[in-house]
Amino acid sequence: MSRLLEVRDLKVDFYTPNGTVRAVDGVSYTLDEREIVGLVGESGCGKSASQLAVMQLTESPGVIAGGEVLFEGHDLLRFAKNGPEMRAVRGGKIAMIFQEPMTSLNPVLTVGAQLEEAVRTHCPLSKSEAQERAVELLRLVGTPSPETRVKDYPHQFSGGMCQRVMIAMGLSCSPRVLIADEPTTALDVTTQAQVLRLMRNLVEELGTALVVVTHNLGVVARYVHRIYVMYAGRVVESGTTKDIFAHPRHPYTLGLLKSVPRLDERHGSRLIPIEGLPPNLIDMPGTCAFLPRCPNAIDRCREESWPELESVGGGHDVRCYVNLGEAR
Amino acid sequence: MNESCDAPACALPEEDVLAMTDIHVEFPVFRGIAKRKVGTVKAVDGVTLRVKRGETLGLVGESGCGKTTLGRAALRLYEPTSGSVCFEGTDITHLKDRALRPIRRHMALIFQDPSGSLDPRKSAGHIVGEPLRIHKLTSSKADYERRVEELFSLVGLDPCMMDRVPHEFSGGQRQRIGIARALACDPSLIICDEPVSALDVSMQAQIMNLLKDLQAGLGNLAYVFVAHDLSVVRHVSDRVAVMYLGRIVELTSSADLYHDPRHPYTQALLAAVPIPDPYVEQDRDRIYLEGEIPSPLDPPTGCTFHPRCPRAIPACSEEAPELRDIGGGHEVSCLRV
Ligand SMILES: Nc1ncnc2c1ncn2[C@@H]1O[C@H](COP(=O)(O)OP(=O)(O)OP(=O)(O)O)[C@@H](O)[C@H]1O
Ligand SMILES: Nc1ncnc2c1ncn2[C@@H]1O[C@H](COP(=O)(O)OP(=O)(O)OP(=O)(O)O)[C@@H](O)[C@H]1O
Ligand code: SF4
Ligand SMILES: [Mg+2]
Ligand SMILES: [Mg+2]
Repeated sequence: MSRLLEVRDLKVDFYTPNGTVRAVDGVSYTLDEREIVGLVGESGCGKSASQLAVMQLTESPGVIAGGEVLFEGHDLLRFAKNGPEMRAVRGGKIAMIFQEPMTSLNPVLTVGAQLEEAVRTHCPLSKSEAQERAVELLRLVGTPSPETRVKDYPHQFSGGMCQRVMIAMGLSCSPRVLIADEPTTALDVTTQAQVLRLMRNLVEELGTALVVVTHNLGVVARYVHRIYVMYAGRVVESGTTKDIFAHPRHPYTLGLLKSVPRLDERHGSRLIPIEGLPPNLIDMPGTCAFLPRCPNAIDRCREESWPELESVGGGHDVRCYVNLGEAR
Repeated sequence: MNESCDAPACALPEEDVLAMTDIHVEFPVFRGIAKRKVGTVKAVDGVTLRVKRGETLGLVGESGCGKTTLGRAALRLYEPTSGSVCFEGTDITHLKDRALRPIRRHMALIFQDPSGSLDPRKSAGHIVGEPLRIHKLTSSKADYERRVEELFSLVGLDPCMMDRVPHEFSGGQRQRIGIARALACDPSLIICDEPVSALDVSMQAQIMNLLKDLQAGLGNLAYVFVAHDLSVVRHVSDRVAVMYLGRIVELTSSADLYHDPRHPYTQALLAAVPIPDPYVEQDRDRIYLEGEIPSPLDPPTGCTFHPRCPRAIPACSEEAPELRDIGGGHEVSCLRV
């Protein structure tokens, strides 16, 4: 499999009245062709901020403070934010789907008109060709009778159907990479299953690669090949999905897994939540950001700086002084 | 235990705290500038349900199936169009406000969005103590303060945070404030409407554990736990009712819900929920439910699930199945079961 996207040491800062928030603090990840990668972690850990930065969509008071985004032989961060190269990438070769489908669609334009616009921004098609493509895209994402539905307005679509339209829009120019930020959080489970299955089929059929940002560990277990677990702006553990779930080595990952109820659990079992709250990202102490909540901390964690991400073999990386895998 | 002499009694087994019989709740739907009535939504369409003392009954189903409406009808925050509600041996269906108030003290509600339900200008202590003041439950100022402190400790909040206003708390802490307030009048029933849906996983776990600990510690507290997340509902509930388009389609113990689901909708719903374990996931059966929930304005005939049901037969579009006990308190509403 060939490498499609490589993000290196990405940093994003937000300038707030209380100080500088380092929301993304040196995040690196890779994405191969036909690969589905998951980004997980609690609210505020920098999942969205990192993905917006990849597209240079970071908005004030945020700034991209460093890093590289390597794609097709270029570092995207060297392109001017609103220059022609970046515009060709954004929505063309790399597409992003946001969490709120309703607010991402324009309520006064028909679904078809919006799809046509998306298509024509990036592909040199005539009006009638774009119209045909719009119908084709709606059919691709499983909308019944797409010929008539293109004439409908977003409010005539349910939440799940709007999310399909967003996917259709993201796919309008056959992107190489699709980034989906909480694509199904607002949807019911049955619709969630339909939409995620659709995305997975598209990856298989069209050879697109997919980044799924989510807090839902079930979604990750069912659909994702590799996982990056984030905490306080950094990746604390990454590896194949099976490896991470079967042999979590970071106390935070283990904590997440123990705090979610499972549909197949024995009735009466008890959850073990992670105590406390994620840290305030202003003026971080420099030691491991998980230390105040960590049940496994040793003296070294209090004395030395936040450990580096280190390989434990088999493509599994961990940022922790205590190797939970060995302790067991 | 009748607190109001004019309240009609109702025959209710002593072990039940709540009984709802054939409840219907309808909302008129208006359209256009002239606000013409174009129809009625049957938000709850004939639900019969009992909640035992001290148990947790889960209500689960997709958005719009009537969970919130049913929960609110139990407290008579929504007026049922027809049917009856009995609470602790009293028929409260037609009680006037004055007679209802002392009874309602024993029922409470917790909402999804903790911040939306808490007055942003009032201190946390004031919010938690409000029901005590309304119902004049404490004898002196010292008694009041002691009780508020006690409620704070009960839900794992430091009483020294009493003077802070809601936005100075995290989402999980705000939910604790909501729970403390709900506990103020020693309720025997709390309707928890999506109490953890807006929270992060570790906070969800903390709140679910808290609710369970309170129930174990306080003895006679029952919950109706409303959520759309089946894993969460199954985790906290003793029994679960699955709703579809305003009706209960299956009601059974939490254990049977997973191991022996009978209604095709329950089966599809369970299959759609991913389990956070890739090894389990790779071996699971896949049942994909196609299509969408029909408009409640114009529900399908017969069994309302028939247009999406993988097992439907011609009779399903004509005959509406009854919810019936198939043994051991397992109730199912399906012609093919
Ligand atoms: N506009 C902003 N101004 C100030 N700080 C911000 C802004 N946007 C994000 N942040 C900060 O950046 C951090 C990362 O935010 P981000 O949106 O990436 O989190 P996330 O992991 O996507 O969380 P969620 O699961 O809630 O979507 C947060 O701690 C947040 O406080
Ligand atoms: N006050 C109201 N006026 C008119 N219709 C209403 C009202 N409240 C609810 N409804 C309708 O009644 C049906 C049931 O709504 P309800 O809020 O009880 O569903 P729910 O199961 O709680 O959904 P969710 O999971 O989205 O909270 C829906 O079709 C809804 O649109
Ligand atoms: S480095 Fe130490 S404090 Fe940080 S997660 Fe590992 S054990 Fe815990
Ligand atoms: Mg986000
Ligand atoms: Mg609701």
